Amino acid sequence: MKHFTMLLTLLALSASLMAQGYKVGDKAADFRLRNVDGRMISMADYPDAKGFIIIFTCNHCPYSVAYEDRKIELHNNFAPMGYPVIAINPNDSIAQPQDSFSKMQIRAKEKGFPFPYVLDADQTVYKEYGATRTPHVFLLQKQGADYIVRYIGAIDNNHEDAAKADKKYVKEAINAIERGENPDPDFTRAIGCTIKVRKS
Amino acid sequence: MNKHAVRLFTLIMNRLIVVLTLLVLSAWLFSGAGEKAARPVPTLTFEAFEPMLAKRNDTVYVINFWATWCAPCVKELPDFEKLNQKYSKQKFRMILVSLDFNRQKESRLIPFVQQHKLKAEVVHLNAPDANAWIAKVNPDWSGAIPATLIYRGDRKIFREGSYTFNELDAIVKQLFTK
Repeated sequence: MKHFTMLLTLLALSASLMAQGYKVGDKAADFRLRNVDGRMISMADYPDAKGFIIIFTCNHCPYSVAYEDRKIELHNNFAPMGYPVIAINPNDSIAQPQDSFSKMQIRAKEKGFPFPYVLDADQTVYKEYGATRTPHVFLLQKQGADYIVRYIGAIDNNHEDAAKADKKYVKEAINAIERGENPDPDFTRAIGCTIKVRKS
Repeated sequence: MNKHAVRLFTLIMNRLIVVLTLLVLSAWLFSGAGEKAARPVPTLTFEAFEPMLAKRNDTVYVINFWATWCAPCVKELPDFEKLNQKYSKQKFRMILVSLDFNRQKESRLIPFVQQHKLKAEVVHLNAPDANAWIAKVNPDWSGAIPATLIYRGDRKIFREGSYTFNELDAIVKQLFTK
């Protein structure tokens, strides 16, 4: 029993260490990451934006792929309102070769992504945000010089069939903050792929 | 001469009967084995599956959430199979809960289970509204897979991420000690 308690404590400790990252209400840091077109992208490059739909996503994960068209739709609907999508691939290309920068370029071209698709090459941004899976959305709202986290979670509540999703979390969250309200829910869980970390 | 012919005929008939019997027997055995290998993979809603997460008895339950498209899940499956074999004679039950897409159950999941000859029980979860149920499995789960819940009564251990055989074995051993 003593050993068991120790084991539990250790496991709880490792879980809490893993659970670092942003919560709703936190200030999010800007980043500078390379886009598939070769340019470096930062949120500071968008002086007119009211916020950002940051989506940690990738090529290989079937859940990310299932949401590709919905990411495009989100950008097309909300970039004109001041909330562009920035897609960030957090995966290491040695751990998951399908998520290499050149494969990202191919996929972005095939799907005609209207938003930047950038690589978190040294795997620091996803850790700072606290992304645990792909796809994982962080909706940010600009307040002065700050980017405030307003919603964390899934795009909607049906990964397999967009037509059957009756809760469009990101869309509802943007509508809420546009009305000056807090999103409800401001946090959702969803099935996704673990982030593929470089083995040292 | 005639007597010799009769004897030969009887001998051949006897052999034929033995061979036929063997053929029928082996066909019956093989078909039986075939049925056993093709164990059904039921598709459940979360509500139907939920009781498996909180059984109040002294069995150790290992509930692993996986999918055929999830590389780290597939990588750790042999360790789960090994664990299942090791504790098969004890109060131990393993359920491999597949989160494969509904449209890929027949085209991917079933062939995968057959090809890999999975011995552990496999169920397919049809629960697209994930936010409604993930926290009910464990509040520490963000939804990434693999994820595994191991419990015996009130003692529960959950991890989002992969396990090695030794880690699994250590947890199960601890749970079996009162």
